[in-house]
Amino acid sequence: MWKLLKIELFKIFKRPRTYIAFGAVAAIVFLFQIGLKFDGKSYLDLILNNVSDSFEVSDDFKSRLLNGYFICFAILNILLIQMPLLVALIAGDSIAGEANMGTLRLSLTKPISRTDYMLVKFAASVIYTLILLLWLAVLALFGSMLIFGTNTLVVFRSEGIEMMNSFDVLWRYVAAFGYAAVALTTVSALAFLLSVFAENSIGPIIATMSIVIVLTILSEFNIPIYDKTVKPYLFTTHMVAWKGFFYVQADADNKTIDGTIQNLPAILRSMGILIAYIIGFVGTAIWIFKRKDILT
Amino acid sequence: MMKKTLLLFFVFVNVLMVNAQTTEEIIQKVKIKLEKVNDYEARGKMKTNVVFIKAPIANVKVFYKKPNKLRINNESGISFIPKGSVNINLNNIFINTSGFDMIDMGKESKTNFRIIKLLPKDENAEVVLSTLYIDETLSLIRKAKTTTKENGTYELEMSYGKYADYGLADKVIFTFNTKDYKLPKGITFDYDDGSKKEQTPDKLKDKKGKVEISYSGYIINKGVPDSVFK
Repeated sequence: MWKLLKIELFKIFKRPRTYIAFGAVAAIVFLFQIGLKFDGKSYLDLILNNVSDSFEVSDDFKSRLLNGYFICFAILNILLIQMPLLVALIAGDSIAGEANMGTLRLSLTKPISRTDYMLVKFAASVIYTLILLLWLAVLALFGSMLIFGTNTLVVFRSEGIEMMNSFDVLWRYVAAFGYAAVALTTVSALAFLLSVFAENSIGPIIATMSIVIVLTILSEFNIPIYDKTVKPYLFTTHMVAWKGFFYVQADADNKTIDGTIQNLPAILRSMGILIAYIIGFVGTAIWIFKRKDILT
Repeated sequence: MMKKTLLLFFVFVNVLMVNAQTTEEIIQKVKIKLEKVNDYEARGKMKTNVVFIKAPIANVKVFYKKPNKLRINNESGISFIPKGSVNINLNNIFINTSGFDMIDMGKESKTNFRIIKLLPKDENAEVVLSTLYIDETLSLIRKAKTTTKENGTYELEMSYGKYADYGLADKVIFTFNTKDYKLPKGITFDYDDGSKKEQTPDKLKDKKGKVEISYSGYIINKGVPDSVFK
């Protein structure tokens, strides 16, 4: 199994297109950082418009607000919606790519069960996802900390503002990236499932992205009955739960309590739902693949 | 007997005279005390209590310079400083006492503080009305309410300690008006963790924010550079 995994990883990292995702992440993060370095105050004007009537919003205040932690949060807010495409590039290609090249039947002649073969393929795409996420963390978090420094993290929600002391932020990012890994693995599992049905990798990649985009839009809807019946079961609703690590508890005077999370059970429940989706997608993929007549 | 009666009479009159300080005299005494301070640098802890902001306690430095320069700096992080916080400096009220009409409202029954209202003579002045609650015996302002044209009403409550001789408070509670806060969900992409804010209609109506500064020490009249206020 380990040898097979090494071969799969070798195949993934041998292909030049694998590095497109790393290049894209680096370019997007870098452009964001450049943009916010030179025009971040305009971006803040938009967000602070609501509070500028009641509070002093000086240039010094904005400069402090635009710190590495805030920049990373802003990048993740946008990028974690685009990341599924980059993850689907590899996972959607894992089975369909082999079928397309005509090497799938040949691969299955090896003394390994189809279940093991599928698990190794999936494990390889998960490892790729984790490395990509690590790359994002290095650039978005540590890169921003280096360029913009660190300070209190201010998170703007639709109905409130969360503020965290700078010493209370780093562990939240570690937890958030850990959660993002599970969220992106869910997308990877979906692309992997769709990959079983196709003999060309473009189909599963586009289908995965379409599903993620449509479900993300549905997740943002606020319709009373739908809110409690459909929305809680969409995996895209739970993909944003990484933000829950940046929602803090406060005392009766609205004083932030360091080291707390507003609703950890909700985050764990969301994580449980994503893990159930991963098991469901991968299990279905294996079940279908085992019964599939491999012709290419 | 006559002597005793006369003495008692004089004591009674004297007590009456003390209690019957005119508003101008009271304000003058407070002003003299405050005018001892040309500038100061104070360290303290600031607690922000606004219904839509969860904020940690901040270590702040407060700088003041005559006549009306004031700046609050968070030493180690970020704080939302309410507009009008310059009013935490009481000297601000007395910059131009001749520009006000003073009305004596008598004494507050609970605290025995003298209530004096200041009405600006200038019709276009930003401040519409200031109400001061003054401790006559110590010549200290304990409470002040300022109503402005544009920014609602500010309220100040002061507790004094070792800097009372300078009219500088050990603790200031600044209450101010806040406006609604709301950002579109399309911008924030919030995670709905199911924890609904316990916002009763009464709480939503309460658009008051509060900032509490507890000072640990003042450095008085040692000079503060103008660059601090930029």
